[in-house]
Amino acid sequence: MGKTTGFLEWQREAPPKRPKSERVHDAREFLLPQPMEQSRRQAGRCMDCGIPFCHQGCPLGNLIPDFNDLVWRGRWEEAWAVLSSTNDFPEFTGRLCPAPCEAACVLAIDQAAVTIEQIEKEIADRAFEKGWVRPRPPAVRSGKTVAIVGSGPAGLAAAAGLNRAGHTVTVFERAPAPGGLLRFGIPDFKLEKSLVERRVRLLEAEGVTFRCGVDVGMAPGFDQLAAEHDALVLALGARRPRDLLVPGRELPGVVWAMDYLEAQNRHVAGSPLPPELSAHGKRVVILGGGDTGSDCLGTAHRQGAAHVEQIELLPAPPQLRAPGNWWPEWPLVFRTSSSQEEGGGREFGLSTTRLVGRNGWLAEMELARVRMEKDENGRGGLVKAPGSESTRQVDLLILAMGFVGPETAALESQLGLALDARGNVRVDGRFRTSRPGIWAVGDARRGASLIVWAISDGREAARDIDGVLGVASSRLPTRGADLPFTGT
Amino acid sequence: MPLPSRHGLYEPAMEHDACGLGFVAHLRGEKSRSIVEQGLDILVRLSHRAATGADPQTGDGAGILLQLPDAFFRKEGLRLGFEMPQPRSYAVGQVFLPADPLARAACERVFTEVAEREGQRILGWRDVPVDASRLGWLARRSMPVLRQVYIARRRVVPSAFERKLFVIRKLVENHIRAEGLDPERRFHVPSLSSETIVYKGLMLPAQLASFYQDLQDETVQSGLALVHSRFSTNTFPTWELAQPFRFIGHNGEINTVRGNRNHLNARRSQLSSAKFGGSLDRLFPIVQPEQSDSAQFDNMLELLVLGGRSLPHAMMLMIPEAWEKHAAMDESRRAFYEYSSALLEPWDGPAAIGFTDGSLIGATLDRNGLRPARWVITEDDRVILASETGVIDVPAEKIRKKGRLQPGRMFLVDTVEGVILEDEEVKRDITARWPYRQWLNRNVFTFDELPRVPAPARLEEHELRVTQRAFGWTDEDLKQIVLPMAETGHEPTGSMGKDSPLAVLSDQAPSLFRYFHQLFAQVTNPAIDPHREALVMSLATATGPDGNTLEETPDQCHRLTLPGPVLTSGQLARLAESHHEGMFLPRRLPALFDLDAGEGALESAVERLCQQAVEAVDDGCGLLILSDRGVDARRAPIPALLALSAVHQRLTRDGIRMQTGLLVETGEAREVHDFAALFGFGAAAVNPYLALDTVRALADSGEIPLDETEAQARYVKAIEEGLLKVMSKMGISTLQSYRGAQIFEAVGLDRAVIDRHFTGTPSRLGGVGFAELQREAQERHTRGYGPAPSPALPIGGLYQWRRQGEQHRWNPQTVSLLQAAVQGADRDAFRKFSAAADDETRGGATLRGLLELVPARQPVPLEEVEALESIVKRFVTGAMSFGSISAEAHETLAVAMNRLGGRSNSGEGGEESRRYVPDANGDLRRSAIKQVASARFGVSAEYLVNADELQIKIAQGAKPGEGGQLPGHKVDERIARVRCSTPGVTLISPPPHHDIYSIEDLSQLIYDLQSVNTEARISVKLVSEVGVGTVAAGVTKAGAGCVVVAGYEGGTGASPVSSIQHAGLPWELGVAETHQTLVENGMRGRVRLQTDGGMRTGRDVVIAALLGAEEYGMATASLVAMGCVMLRKCHLNTCSVGIATQDPQLRERFSGTPEGVVHFFLFVAGEVRELLAKLGARSLDEIIGRRDLLTHRKDLSHWKARRLDLSPMLAMPRAPAEAPRHCLEVQRKDVSDHLDRVLLQRARSTLEGGPPSLIVLPVKNAHRAVGAMLSGEIARVRGAAGLPDDSIRVRLQGSAGQSFGAFLAAGVTLELEGDANDYVGKGLSGGRVIVRPPAGARFPPEENVIIGNTVLYGATGGELYASGLAGERFAVRNSGASAVVEGVGDHGCEYMTGGVVVVLGATGRNFGAGMSGGMAFVLDRERRFRDRCNTDMVELESLVDESDIWLVYGLVENHLRHTGSPLARRVLDHWTHLVPQFVKVMPTDYRRVLQARRSAQRPPTTVPARPRLRAVEG
Repeated sequence: MGKTTGFLEWQREAPPKRPKSERVHDAREFLLPQPMEQSRRQAGRCMDCGIPFCHQGCPLGNLIPDFNDLVWRGRWEEAWAVLSSTNDFPEFTGRLCPAPCEAACVLAIDQAAVTIEQIEKEIADRAFEKGWVRPRPPAVRSGKTVAIVGSGPAGLAAAAGLNRAGHTVTVFERAPAPGGLLRFGIPDFKLEKSLVERRVRLLEAEGVTFRCGVDVGMAPGFDQLAAEHDALVLALGARRPRDLLVPGRELPGVVWAMDYLEAQNRHVAGSPLPPELSAHGKRVVILGGGDTGSDCLGTAHRQGAAHVEQIELLPAPPQLRAPGNWWPEWPLVFRTSSSQEEGGGREFGLSTTRLVGRNGWLAEMELARVRMEKDENGRGGLVKAPGSESTRQVDLLILAMGFVGPETAALESQLGLALDARGNVRVDGRFRTSRPGIWAVGDARRGASLIVWAISDGREAARDIDGVLGVASSRLPTRGADLPFTGT
Repeated sequence: MPLPSRHGLYEPAMEHDACGLGFVAHLRGEKSRSIVEQGLDILVRLSHRAATGADPQTGDGAGILLQLPDAFFRKEGLRLGFEMPQPRSYAVGQVFLPADPLARAACERVFTEVAEREGQRILGWRDVPVDASRLGWLARRSMPVLRQVYIARRRVVPSAFERKLFVIRKLVENHIRAEGLDPERRFHVPSLSSETIVYKGLMLPAQLASFYQDLQDETVQSGLALVHSRFSTNTFPTWELAQPFRFIGHNGEINTVRGNRNHLNARRSQLSSAKFGGSLDRLFPIVQPEQSDSAQFDNMLELLVLGGRSLPHAMMLMIPEAWEKHAAMDESRRAFYEYSSALLEPWDGPAAIGFTDGSLIGATLDRNGLRPARWVITEDDRVILASETGVIDVPAEKIRKKGRLQPGRMFLVDTVEGVILEDEEVKRDITARWPYRQWLNRNVFTFDELPRVPAPARLEEHELRVTQRAFGWTDEDLKQIVLPMAETGHEPTGSMGKDSPLAVLSDQAPSLFRYFHQLFAQVTNPAIDPHREALVMSLATATGPDGNTLEETPDQCHRLTLPGPVLTSGQLARLAESHHEGMFLPRRLPALFDLDAGEGALESAVERLCQQAVEAVDDGCGLLILSDRGVDARRAPIPALLALSAVHQRLTRDGIRMQTGLLVETGEAREVHDFAALFGFGAAAVNPYLALDTVRALADSGEIPLDETEAQARYVKAIEEGLLKVMSKMGISTLQSYRGAQIFEAVGLDRAVIDRHFTGTPSRLGGVGFAELQREAQERHTRGYGPAPSPALPIGGLYQWRRQGEQHRWNPQTVSLLQAAVQGADRDAFRKFSAAADDETRGGATLRGLLELVPARQPVPLEEVEALESIVKRFVTGAMSFGSISAEAHETLAVAMNRLGGRSNSGEGGEESRRYVPDANGDLRRSAIKQVASARFGVSAEYLVNADELQIKIAQGAKPGEGGQLPGHKVDERIARVRCSTPGVTLISPPPHHDIYSIEDLSQLIYDLQSVNTEARISVKLVSEVGVGTVAAGVTKAGAGCVVVAGYEGGTGASPVSSIQHAGLPWELGVAETHQTLVENGMRGRVRLQTDGGMRTGRDVVIAALLGAEEYGMATASLVAMGCVMLRKCHLNTCSVGIATQDPQLRERFSGTPEGVVHFFLFVAGEVRELLAKLGARSLDEIIGRRDLLTHRKDLSHWKARRLDLSPMLAMPRAPAEAPRHCLEVQRKDVSDHLDRVLLQRARSTLEGGPPSLIVLPVKNAHRAVGAMLSGEIARVRGAAGLPDDSIRVRLQGSAGQSFGAFLAAGVTLELEGDANDYVGKGLSGGRVIVRPPAGARFPPEENVIIGNTVLYGATGGELYASGLAGERFAVRNSGASAVVEGVGDHGCEYMTGGVVVVLGATGRNFGAGMSGGMAFVLDRERRFRDRCNTDMVELESLVDESDIWLVYGLVENHLRHTGSPLARRVLDHWTHLVPQFVKVMPTDYRRVLQARRSAQRPPTTVPARPRLRAVEG
């Protein structure tokens, strides 16, 4: 299997990217295809471990050593078969996933991990290019109907599985086109929207019906949907953003990250960009050091911002793993995203204390340094450093401070669903909500998370639903045993 | 008196024995008193080969067989008022009778009735006068009443009288058994003959003569005496199993006895003999199943001899030579063996057998020559043969000739004719009696004579995939098993053991094969090396109806020889069509069952199949093909093993099995184990059509870069090679004997299924029955024929963890949690780890997962429980060699364990001397346990004295019964230095210890090691399998202070994947059985019981303790604590965390610390404390063996697991309350009688720095390991360097005992005038050994045997000069000694890695097998050496190199100087003439390395000696 000594012979070669100077001027993807030989070599670095930690590290249970080996041996079509057996949308995950698999790669103990994600992307892109990806509508229909609310990755994955099992699936989407965050949240420079479109077409060809522009909570209503279908899947996402509670928050010029990103995606797709959501020529500050913040950063550069700065409340993470954060857990370390590479300032440990307007428009923000301190109980908390106040000039402040949960008002009122302590839809181990016949998947039940978790949820829930709807146990695949590194 | 019945895990069928054996005879049969006395003398001189159990006065058994002394019995008969007939017209039976008077009377009455019914007359009964006062209490307690019966011959000719007596005895035995007249089962007839009489009993050799007063009578005279002293693993020694039996005394073990016995029963319908008046039915069972293998051998031999064959002829039938590959063998002899193979399969196993019928007396050795037998012929016409030389003192000038038995050879004295027949002569007479070759030519069909028919169509594409799925194939079967085999022709290798569930606990619908575990040889007989000793191995396969063993006519060999045991589909098609010949009449029987038939479908299908088989045989079918072709949506395959074994057992029960050959055509068999199981349960040949079609498809698709025929051929070759390995790990050489020998233990199969369809196979915990097997068969079928969403095969996940595959106890969670715990010294993280690990255990992975602790009502406060520091002393790490793991990892473990006071284990690879000195901070890098394994790498006196414990590794969990190999690329400068070998040269570990072929050999090795290091505890490492308790009892008797019972789980080394998966059993069974057996035998108090195999939490440790273990090994877990992530790539040298690698770049990455390991063990100990408190115990000792604190889990609902019955494991031993339940005091081997105590005294001044000493002493064969104790002392004081040359010179006269000069240190010269036994110069560590004949000897030294077998085994340095011949395996695994000898037996210089050997005479066969280093020079005057040398690894050259010539000349000169050898004198006198006749034996590998080094023109660079180790904080 693989090249036994590959990891000793070859170093990790990072996925090729377009030059920064070039890519910031357009909306196309920053990642470039990898030369085939390079992909093979990189796959050949895989050690085919007795315990492939990557395989557990991947929420989907991707058979990573298996497809690495096939790529190393040049058997791309089989690699595609293996990859697509656990992952419905590798063309998305190969671009968007933060790759917990690579964090768990055995080489990552003290070396550079195998470029698993890039290999995944190469397999998926080649599969589409070669025409190996064809619609596979089910041979027999079960006569059961399933409604799925939300067409993000979780909803799409559930739809794909349930449809494959022969059930008649309708996906409801509030936005005018399907895809959820894939379409309106992720910037084109990370995922061009033609890929989303391509996937939606495939699902349609397999028999999935999409009904867009339908806000189910308004009409027809969740309860009615539930009544009309044999099963209802809630894949609503967790779109409620965390707010900034400081004086001046109401000023124009303070925008939500999602609004900002969505406007840009619509713009790339052909709509005009509302001026209040354009960074062109502005001094931009992004609050929030996460992925969304990064996406905003990249977008602001592409819109021609005069100056961009990304500010994170928490102190900067360490360069190396801290004690207690051992391999193969996700490393809490300082990272630089592709957008951050492209420029812009980064600050950590700064708390916004006040926004100041000028002429009825945001003009300045006041900040203070904070640091982590433990109280007498040993619990950590942020403490302002006296005398560390500062101010910044700002025209556009983008709030990218995370999400607090799904929009659940309608679920509670129409379905009487129970929520968990964090305000997410409460489900059991099989994704079943407190009401029979209704399942919840993805961010709606776990809070904002990774695309791979969303797909994983969708697949596993589909299997459970199929088991409930079908006559025998489901034949849909499962990711199998889950043995998280930090215990259960 | 017979063995106790099955209780707990004890299986009576698993007893073994081995012994000392000897005879003395007068060449012309002159009867005398002195023959009897010398016989008794031999017995006493072999005392050290006997053993005692719990009661030191109760031996395992001793006995003597004599010619019936007419004068004595006549005198006694007349005294008792019997009407005594003429000599030879009456017989005397030696009879053991029940002690109960009523039972005794009943037995005697039966005897009288049967004898009279058979027309003979009972003259009367005589009480045998005995003096039991010196017997032990155990022997007295089980003593039978001893009487002799006199029977007068009537109405039969003298030649038929013995046969009549046999019939009487058989009928009496059967009658008494059938009527239940002997409830205590003491009735036994040691002998009943007009020719011979046997005196034997449960006693020590020295007790025999005083016990039987008859033996002291002057009129008890004989012309021959055969004696035997028994050493049994046998924990429950019995009177009847003492030897000699009626015809033989056996030193050894018959491995195939179960198959042999079954085969005889299977022949029942065919056995008839006019001599017995037709059918033998009423005499069955002819071979008594409950008896020892030796007793059963005697039964069979008796049948053959009384059936009309001469004694030597019968011996040749039962123990044929390795004729199959013997190119030089005489043609008529080959024909004889080939013909005979149609009549009887070999009784295979190590054996030196002395046999006699009262006039002929002789001995023979098994084909491997695994037992010693030395003989002497004296000037006064006596012949003495025994397991050792020196058992009777014969003055030098009285010796006419000395020799030894060679493998497969026979030695016979005809006391009537007054001649000695050596092998050639005996056998010529027998093999020339009939024109066997002609018979064979006429009656044996070869494959080529079969009609040519087209091969069946091959399964392809979709159909292939569907069929694979339906037969339960996984992606791993394809990629990890079949593909590599077809590509390389070898079985693939894996690492890091097995951590997935037993088949009975698996939810993956494992095949039935997986319920069976391979058994293997340990201690009581050796495994064989099927590669290096291929000449004894044979897969020859013939099939068709078998003949009548008792007849010798041409048509008895009407057989069809097959190309091999694995048939291609084309070959099978030709066989199936062979009915054109009208001879074999094949019939195909479908092995399928109907899915629609619902519940019970499988069971009734099997019954139907059996019925069809019986009908087919009745119809005269000589070949049955059980076929699972034709699987479709409605019909599923019957598991092939079930179909085969059910038919085999049914036909055997019906006594018609041998009328037909059984072939299996199956899609299920794919890996080596599957095939082994099919053959082991009776298949003649197997056609794995699906595997072969798969291989062809892989070749076609380019996955295998070979054409399909070649790929198929390689796959078959890989299977055959694997089969040889499976057979050889049990010590079985021929497939013919392996077939049907059922060398397997089932785990998790219902007894009812076993008893009916796998009769006689151990399955100790019961388990699943037909219902579950059917469900699993259906589940597999559904994978193929149910609606399948994906065209791929199921992932498998058996060899590598996968989320959708089989569970593994080491998985991402357990590994990462344990590493987080030790990296952060985080007790809470460890709790998370152990919770996850225990859940995994309970989740169905192991037997201990099915058990629960029973908490005490009154827990003990934690602070009252024994301290952590005391608990960790019981922990050990695994035996991993420096070489298999890096120096960094090895030393980290050592430092950690030394800090804790636990023990690390050097493994098999020596240790660098620098580690014997503590670091500046007090850390000690020395391994407390020094392992002594089969290769003896670096096992020198210095190594042995630097240890607290010396561990003899008999077997290891991952690959019991197998050797190993350290590939040349892993042998760097440093490893080579430690192992005393050459860098870059591959190192081979032989499968067996060449000085342990039996239990008494082990006892000898323990003696040797204890002599060198008198303080060390000697431990013996075994692997769990049925009967391990019995072996452990034998090991305890042999003097070990600790028995390690390893489980099959875990294991860290590289092994063939089928061994990892299928050999050995869980430690839970092994520990429970061993503890039970030791307690019941009253020996538990002397030894510590240690176990390992996948243990890693406090719960594991406590369960092991409750089952009976007091020490605990954690190998894999300690590696994980050092950073191992179960890459399972140990065999590839690419360990990315720097543990199992020697690559300097990778070793840089090692990040383990002693602290991490220390934390791990402290955490485990912490859990142990908490559990002890819960159990209400204050110390571990309190709970050892407390099975009452364990119970079945109540919440167990698993559909298969709940069928298991663990109560045998939890059975409390049957023993008196006062019998010890844990070790009270660790025993040390008694070396108080060691001759070196004298040497140490006399050489004291030299040892203290004074002048050289010369010591002169007599020596006897009882003086063993001379020089070893002295060497230990020298090594302790002087290290490896020893003393200056010749500082201590010891001159000895006589016959030295075994292991003469073992581990002899530099500076000591042992000079022996006389001869020596086996193992001379074992582990020679720089000393000099000289052996020469005594001054008065009249025989030419170069024609006489002077030293025994296995000389210089594992020698690391020094010199040996022997003026005479040596036995088998001279200089085996020598790595540094120089030697000159005048002729050697088979397998000379085997596995040698260094040193120089000069042989001035002939060698045996297979010289230089596995020799990878060093050089040998053979003076080949007969020009026959080339044929006798195994040139797989060596090249032969002339002696031309100047430096070589000087080297040899110098050694021969030394030889002359030290021994005065006349041969050496002649060689030197004719030196220039003889130089061209020397052949130089040069290992290919060694030459390559030397040349490379020479061309590099620089001295070898050394790796920095100090490894990188973390700083140590106090």
